[in-house]
Amino acid sequence: MAAMFSQNPLMNGPNYSFNDAPKVNAPEGARQHRFDPYTDNGGSTLAIAGADFTIMAGDTRHTSGYSINSRYYPKVFKIGGTTADQHDANLVLSVVGFAADGEALKERLDAICKMYRYRHGKPMSVKACAQRLSTILYQKRFFPYYVYAILGGLDEEGKGAVYSYDPVGSYEREQCRAGGAAASLIMPFLDNQVNFKNQYVPGSGEGHALQERERKPLSRNEVEVLVKDAFDGAVERHIEVGDGLQMMVITKDGIEEILLPLKKD
Amino acid sequence: MPGFDFSNYNRNAALHARGVPLPKATSTGTTIVGCIFDGGVVIAADTRATSGPIVADKNCEKLHYIAPQIWCAGAGTAADTEFTTALISSQLELHSLSTGRKPRVVTCMTLLKQHLFRYQGHIGAYLVVAGVDPTGTHLFTVHAHGSTDKLPYVTMGSGSLAAMSVFETQWKTHLTRDDAVKLCSEAIQAGIFNDLGSGSNVDVAVITADKTTLMRGYVKPNERSAKLKSYAFEKGTTAVLNEKIIRKQDLGNYVSVHELSTTEEGDKMEVDT
Amino acid sequence: MDHRPQAWGRPRDDVYGAYDASYLHDSGPKTATQSPVVTGTSVIGIKFKDGVVIAADNLASYGSLARFNNVKRLRTFLNSSVIGFGGDVSDMQYLDRLLSELAIDETYETDDTPEDDEETTKKTHLNAANLHKYLQKLLYQRRSKFDPLWNQILVAGTDGEGKPFLASVDLRGTAFSSASLATGFGSALAQPIMRRYAETDEQAAKLTREEAVAVVKECMKVLFYRDARSLDRYSIAVVTKAGVELAEEEQLEKQSWAFAERIRGYGTQNV
Repeated sequence: MAAMFSQNPLMNGPNYSFNDAPKVNAPEGARQHRFDPYTDNGGSTLAIAGADFTIMAGDTRHTSGYSINSRYYPKVFKIGGTTADQHDANLVLSVVGFAADGEALKERLDAICKMYRYRHGKPMSVKACAQRLSTILYQKRFFPYYVYAILGGLDEEGKGAVYSYDPVGSYEREQCRAGGAAASLIMPFLDNQVNFKNQYVPGSGEGHALQERERKPLSRNEVEVLVKDAFDGAVERHIEVGDGLQMMVITKDGIEEILLPLKKD
Repeated sequence: MPGFDFSNYNRNAALHARGVPLPKATSTGTTIVGCIFDGGVVIAADTRATSGPIVADKNCEKLHYIAPQIWCAGAGTAADTEFTTALISSQLELHSLSTGRKPRVVTCMTLLKQHLFRYQGHIGAYLVVAGVDPTGTHLFTVHAHGSTDKLPYVTMGSGSLAAMSVFETQWKTHLTRDDAVKLCSEAIQAGIFNDLGSGSNVDVAVITADKTTLMRGYVKPNERSAKLKSYAFEKGTTAVLNEKIIRKQDLGNYVSVHELSTTEEGDKMEVDT
Repeated sequence: MDHRPQAWGRPRDDVYGAYDASYLHDSGPKTATQSPVVTGTSVIGIKFKDGVVIAADNLASYGSLARFNNVKRLRTFLNSSVIGFGGDVSDMQYLDRLLSELAIDETYETDDTPEDDEETTKKTHLNAANLHKYLQKLLYQRRSKFDPLWNQILVAGTDGEGKPFLASVDLRGTAFSSASLATGFGSALAQPIMRRYAETDEQAAKLTREEAVAVVKECMKVLFYRDARSLDRYSIAVVTKAGVELAEEEQLEKQSWAFAERIRGYGTQNV
């Protein structure tokens, strides 16, 4: 656990999910064996907010070490419906990291949203749920849920909203976010293709006077294409990502679920 | 002093003790197999090379040449399998030249195990050695610590158990060439689809008394799906802060220039256009 | 004279050094089982069109010692589910007792009106999906207390809709489900074989009972060939809506160790 949240910059380089950094202060041969309550079950998630929709996505592979436990293990969940089938849910939560913690977190947040709905007679807003999720995560500050959570929905104005979290509850509303094993592969692609980072308007000036390409919200179709291409790319270069792509599209009319195949090697 | 250069050993040990992680070598977290048939031997490998959980090479070659009729499939540290097989290949060639005889598979295997044993496992090469020589058909495994084994079918690497499950359910005595190739290919595919360290394509080499057939990309079950849109940028999208133009005819002022004939053939890199 | 009981009958300090009394300290962290002792190896399971086949061998190992060769690692629950245990045998026996109590409670709560029609009685039972969720919560709670139950468990049976159910849960509460599952060594050796027949639920729904049993028996053979902590006597169960059929004294058939009869030595030997 220490290594997971280490402040040591040397270990915070490329965030490999297999931790093989050297054990510090452990004399050779005198290693204390202790139960490790965490594992990494791999996989990756992705969320993009549009003008009037939000798309949440995740691959469906579940791994331990070098083996595939399941080719269909969803990481994206509808949250806060009145019943277990979540037909009237308005929020979507994605969790990636340690799957048992992810499931525990999902069930806790779902129960809270359901209680809220029962008591207030209306579904919880994304903003309220986002704050509550942060509190839940921080409550376990010294025995954290080892998960990277992303919460998605539509805000009070009907605009797409994405909230992303670190394992101990620091959160932020964003336009897009990638989480999990291939986050470092997908995020730069998103910066460039969603927020148009490092893109300038050709011929608009010389050197520093060049104008940045203006951000405009993408259409639902464009976002679906970006998500599929992002995951196809991640599958090519990350061994823990693959098998299936699960997408949830949140619009004012409800939540639509799409399942697409990914490479299985 | 011949051999390895240890001059950075003390510095690296001191850095390691202060918490600097060791550099990560590319490993061929791999599935490799070999199988004898009536008249020769087949070896096969997947083509994924990894560095931690990242795929370093999607189509690397893990079947190494030793001699015309002796080939090696390598798992473990990529550099170690490449250099060890190249070194032994060279020694075997010289030995063959000085004796005037075809190299023997047992000679190759013995050179490999003695070399690896000397380095006590620090050379992380796990090999399947196969070949046909005047004494017959041979198939061995050589582990990084120097132990060897002789069996009619063998598997190695992180996908060895997945591959072995295929051999243990389908192998039989007196296989034909085609059956052996099919069996090895299926064993590799079991590794490709069930072991995260293995992936991409199947390479196969068939060695018989008269020739060796290397079938690179024998099966390609993992072709990349086409991108759904083009990511080509309009010219001028990237900011240019300053530019300096050197004309081709002035290049000679900076470097020595040799003109080469340009052909469109060969391995072109996959790019968006 | 030192009359503290800790010092009675102890060797003299000036000759033998101070007594190490660290084990007497009753404060400090509670120490729980931090590693398994007597262990069982793989459990494997595969779904077929109207149920699930599950198997585990009858060996309990003590490290590398084959300590007990008649330990049953499959247990039925209310004749409707089968639970297969890998990992620590003492923790398995604790769970076994817990599940027995649960089964008794279940039977009292649901079966006291025998005139109820068969269907409603069945429905109120804990099914395999419920049982799996229960075990998942239990194991996750124990790992969160740093006092894990050192097992990897497969649960086989039917879900609320009567469809085949197969899922796994381990000592950290990690749970997942698939058309075929295997724990321990089986996940590397048996899963590739089973996935050839049932990669998805759709493919599994085309398998007959006989085919599924044959695949599982084939896997048990491969596991016995290659898992050094395995045995050729095993238990196999078929779970369908109709109930559980459990055989606990199966013997591996048609073993073949003749694969290397022409091989001599490990290297240059010829004789």
